[in-house]
Amino acid sequence: MRILCAVKRVVDYAAKIRVNAAQTNVDTSSVKMSMNPFCEIALEEALRLKEAGIATEVVAVTVGPDAAKDTLRTAMAMGADHAVHVVHESAGAGAGALPPLAVARVLSAVVDHAGPFGMVLAGKQAIDGDNNQTGQMLAALRGWPQATFASSVSVTDGGTHAVVTREVDAGLETVKVPLPAVVTTDLRLNEPRYAKLPMILKARKREIETLSAETLNVKDHVDRDQGKLHVRKVSEPPARAGGVKTKDMDEFINMLREKGVL
Amino acid sequence: MAAAALLSVARQPSRTALFAFTRSLGTAPTPPRHSFDKISAQHISALKQIVGGDANCFTDATSLAAYNADWTGRYRGSSQLALRPPTPRAVADALKYCTQHGLAVVPQGGNTGLVGGGVPVYDEVVISTAALNAVESVDADSGCVVAGAGVVLQALDEELAKHNLMVPLDLGAKGSCHIGGNVSTNAGGLRYLRYGSLHGSVLGLEVALADGTLLDLLSTCRKDNTGYDLKQLFIGAEGTLGIVTRVALQAAPRPSSVQAAWIGIQTFEDVRRALRLARRHLGETLSAFEFVDRASLDVVLEGQHASMRLHDPLPDNPTPFHALVEVSGSNEAHDTEKLEHFLEAASEEGIAVDGTVASGGRQLAELWAIREGISEALARRGAPVYKYDVSIPLSCWYDIVTDMRARLSEAGYNDSSGVRVVGYGHMGDANMHLNISSLEVDDRIGNLIEPWVYEWVSSRGGSISAEHGLGQMKASAIGYSKHPEAVRLMAQIKDVLDPSGTLNPYKVLPSS
Repeated sequence: MRILCAVKRVVDYAAKIRVNAAQTNVDTSSVKMSMNPFCEIALEEALRLKEAGIATEVVAVTVGPDAAKDTLRTAMAMGADHAVHVVHESAGAGAGALPPLAVARVLSAVVDHAGPFGMVLAGKQAIDGDNNQTGQMLAALRGWPQATFASSVSVTDGGTHAVVTREVDAGLETVKVPLPAVVTTDLRLNEPRYAKLPMILKARKREIETLSAETLNVKDHVDRDQGKLHVRKVSEPPARAGGVKTKDMDEFINMLREKGVL
Repeated sequence: MAAAALLSVARQPSRTALFAFTRSLGTAPTPPRHSFDKISAQHISALKQIVGGDANCFTDATSLAAYNADWTGRYRGSSQLALRPPTPRAVADALKYCTQHGLAVVPQGGNTGLVGGGVPVYDEVVISTAALNAVESVDADSGCVVAGAGVVLQALDEELAKHNLMVPLDLGAKGSCHIGGNVSTNAGGLRYLRYGSLHGSVLGLEVALADGTLLDLLSTCRKDNTGYDLKQLFIGAEGTLGIVTRVALQAAPRPSSVQAAWIGIQTFEDVRRALRLARRHLGETLSAFEFVDRASLDVVLEGQHASMRLHDPLPDNPTPFHALVEVSGSNEAHDTEKLEHFLEAASEEGIAVDGTVASGGRQLAELWAIREGISEALARRGAPVYKYDVSIPLSCWYDIVTDMRARLSEAGYNDSSGVRVVGYGHMGDANMHLNISSLEVDDRIGNLIEPWVYEWVSSRGGSISAEHGLGQMKASAIGYSKHPEAVRLMAQIKDVLDPSGTLNPYKVLPSS
């Protein structure tokens, strides 16, 4: 079975971010960018399935601007066999960014172009948009089953099904889906490996297949999808007001009453 | 954001309680109390007025407990009075009063020192900088920041971050230490390699002297060659020549790109080659070169809390030595290119057996958590940790670890008896942290270590205290690294600035 793993280049999870002056997006001009942590987990899972002999090939794909090639190099350094870059200037989040439906549309076209795949592995959400929609929409577009928020994945029945434990609000839910399917990953699924030196150095020189919405014949669809979601404003959450110390219990209770809590 | 959940592996500053067993013995016993006056109700009342009332004056046992004990738990004084003067003038006035009335004083910042320099030995009055905690100005053109001595290092860094600047030093205690204390101890830390010493980045100081003078050396000029550079005397004097009340510091541009690589290396000679190669290839972007030996790595991985989730970055290729190499700059693509170029060279020249580059914030934080977690992990083993912070020439840098292991092994102390000798540290600065950890208290171990370790360092022209200072722990050990004429001159200078000897007595210089 071949696996397609979607990865996204986002603001590094540890970076301090600020909203830009126009309130359209986060200022990414001098901020560290990295592979989305959930995508890293998805890639790690794909590599483990390959190491277990279940998958034969792992293809990493990203939709993004030129700089997104770095993310693909990281993917290859970790062990992806092949990398596909669909160039699009508006990946990211905030105003003007490609909405999840458009990304799902592109990924579906990549499945057609580079397939067949037994599984598409993706992070449950990207930490810039926090949409948690792309994987689900991709499954719907292809008429495939989906198993989201995976905290464990195993392939059974001679490679025809996947058993996935999902993290849901009520606890854990285990589902069995026929393949091909879309699986999105949650935090506890695995801990991504450190890419090792020999592979990091090789990845610098390896070829990346470059495509676009046009060459995939989905440009019109993507343009239409982009018009369906309009981000109006991005702003910081209100600053936290400082706490107040009361001098005794009576004052504390009075304050709770004043605030209508008691 | 979901990202918050990923911060479970983050850089943690060391915690107070975990150092409860740190100690070092063999240096001379505590000198007897000098004939300073004892604190009276009259003194307390007068000082209370000077510092502006009850809120800044502590005489109760509960409050005093924190001021009297250092954070390793090893040093405990018996001060009856702690003051938190709200202004530099109040510090100077309080100091003047104490000098005039023969009361000994100990200046205290964040109380995170490792040599007992910031706590009373007997009943010295504690003068805390905690209330001098305003960041007064940041000059966006020059990058100069003026701050009160009591500003916590991390708070200062966060304030500077708003201007895309950073404090030019970084250490594990950053969440608690005060910038005034950092200056007074000439703190070093993890980024010394790139930003140098506080002797270079401090532009000016305001210092309260024993006679009540508030010495204004608070120039903000980057260059000022007018007369003797007096501020240098106070930087690293550990509060024995005056109390720093305000600091003018040259902040550094905050790098937008930080990357780290972890390399596995087979021989120490190869580690030296790696350092030379790193300097050549990474040049101005090199911001840290930290050394971790196998014993240190094992201690961290074994001793971690379940929540820390630290792993060996190179489990398939274990090596005796490791280097954590960090680069930081303004252009991520450029820096990645340089780092990968360096790693390629290291690989081709057979220096690196294996290595990895942190893929993003999480792995970067994990690599640093490994390096910064060694101290805590050692303390968690349960019994005293003998800690030596020394400067040694790189040509024999690791020999102190192998020699120490051999010496203890001959006496029957080794891995199987639970004794670990580990070596790690700021190799880029030739600053070795030699630590010996046992599972149980055994005085024989201490006697095997000291004074042997000081003699070893001294015979190779090294420093017995690279960055931690002398404090009270090494107050009689200065002779291992400084000649008698130099020590005599220091005593003369001390006499000029503190003729009554009441300013932080029993510290730094030998008590004679």
